[in-house]
Amino acid sequence: MAGAVSSLNSRKTGAAHAATSEATWVRVVLISVALTFLALFLLLPLVIVFTEAFAKGAQVYFAAITEPAAAHAIKLTLIAAAIAVPCNVIFGLAAAWAIAKFDFRGKQFVITLIDLPFAVSPVIAGLIYMLLFGRQGFFGPWLGDHDIQIMFAVPGIVLATVFITFPFVARELIPLMQEQGKEQEEAAITLGASGWKMFWRVTLPSVKWALLYGMILCNARAMGEFGAVSVVSGKIREQTNTLPLHIEILYNEYQFAAAFAVASLLALLALVTLVLKSLLEWKAAREHELAVRAASAQ
Amino acid sequence: MSELASTALEPAPSFSKPKKPWVKKSVLPGFGLSIGLAALYASLIVFIPLAGLVLKSLELSWPELWAVVSNPRAVASYQLTFGASLAAAGINLVFGLIVAWVLVRYDFFGKRVIDALVDLPFALPTAVAGIALTALYTTKGWVGQWFWLADIKVAYTWLGVTVALTFIGLPFVVRTVQPVLADLEAEVEEAAASLGASRWQTFRRVLLPALLPSLLTGFALAFARAIGEYGSVVFISGNMPYKTEITPLLIMTKLEQFDYAGAAALGTVMLIFSFVLLLLINLLQHWSHKRTGG
Repeated sequence: MAGAVSSLNSRKTGAAHAATSEATWVRVVLISVALTFLALFLLLPLVIVFTEAFAKGAQVYFAAITEPAAAHAIKLTLIAAAIAVPCNVIFGLAAAWAIAKFDFRGKQFVITLIDLPFAVSPVIAGLIYMLLFGRQGFFGPWLGDHDIQIMFAVPGIVLATVFITFPFVARELIPLMQEQGKEQEEAAITLGASGWKMFWRVTLPSVKWALLYGMILCNARAMGEFGAVSVVSGKIREQTNTLPLHIEILYNEYQFAAAFAVASLLALLALVTLVLKSLLEWKAAREHELAVRAASAQ
Repeated sequence: MSELASTALEPAPSFSKPKKPWVKKSVLPGFGLSIGLAALYASLIVFIPLAGLVLKSLELSWPELWAVVSNPRAVASYQLTFGASLAAAGINLVFGLIVAWVLVRYDFFGKRVIDALVDLPFALPTAVAGIALTALYTTKGWVGQWFWLADIKVAYTWLGVTVALTFIGLPFVVRTVQPVLADLEAEVEEAAASLGASRWQTFRRVLLPALLPSLLTGFALAFARAIGEYGSVVFISGNMPYKTEITPLLIMTKLEQFDYAGAAALGTVMLIFSFVLLLLINLLQHWSHKRTGG
């Protein structure tokens, strides 16, 4: 009986295989088209960054990434990311908690609004702060009287970066926390845990991978943002120049090897981001699988 | 007893409808704190500044506003921005579907690395993408020289703009289609095949309709991203007014000339458009979820 079933199955899958998959030549063509497209649009840009960076030798390369202007740009980029990421983590956790664990009116609208900075052009992100804090802006005269500079200075760069990276953490957390439901937290509270204890012991551990994932994406965008920052920075070398802006200046001065050398640092950051992202996805998928298996074993 | 007390306190239904509370009661703490913090932060960083943009553009009178928005140079920039974004999203629609198909259905060497690489445009800073693509597509570049043999210039023309926008929109269609394709039941295809459909008929009549919502969502996302893109385009476009000047760049130019109201007016046009697109995308995603039952 078992033999009959298995032979029937194998015959069936053999027949189904031919009917629900493509001829070999179709597969080969589709794979070739996909790989050519990806090679042209993803691999070549990546390769050319590194070849152009080393086009004039390793010496030029290391000089370009260690000169004072580049070192200052690296520092400013790190500062902007170090402020933007924690701000958006706190916001993301607060927003996700309210949206995922409570029912209130207008929730769908709030979720749409969180996405707004993704939809808005980076240039507009810079422009809005210019209109508020620039010399002709709403608060411009007051800021001038009190000798506070936000535009063409570090605070403006940080603000623009925060705006651009605003949705990243919240977007990762909201769907996950909605899916997890609230039984565990309710159990913790009914058993007498305080709100903070519940947060640290129950909520945070169950979203830690998604949180880290959001932080990595947020960080990559914060360090690489160009349009918004270029509106508000004024591009003063060694003062308000971030790494992407430094690339632009070098490029416009026809220092191509140096521009690509600095660009290669950001390309490396992108590659590290992709590796970490894949690792986290793999880890989260494995934990999910283990949880499902444990639940079905019970 | 408590039930009695609560019914006694409720107003008689004939006078006013019982008011639904804004938030449903829950044993969980922290709603006030978290929604308050999130709302305050979002207002300060996003909503008040965006409202400021709209207010600033209203400093102009209607005829002035119309003059800025319908200026031939602005109209040329909309045409380029929309045209190139549509073309790029279209390219991504076709090739994104093929890439998603290949990644879900076939096995080949290096598949996992390639799968991870698809997200590169999300992770690579736009300025880096901009100079890299420009270097590739100039008449002497690795790719551009082949087009130049056919007398086609890519960098510093609208073609170059389309190339940059294709790059930055590449992951959207792949990533929206991939999970839907992976979740499709094999039975439907088997049924179609056993009823005598050819593989192409099955694809067109069975698979494509099932993938349509996610394809459209990916297309709209890529399009929305392309409309606002600045960093990767400025390097490859050449930035010639009336020819290769995108709208975000025109806003930048107005800012550099201290024409704040003009910049705000163009910014408001783009903002309204982005907002409409965002709502559309949400509707599409809603539809797509309903179709896949997830």
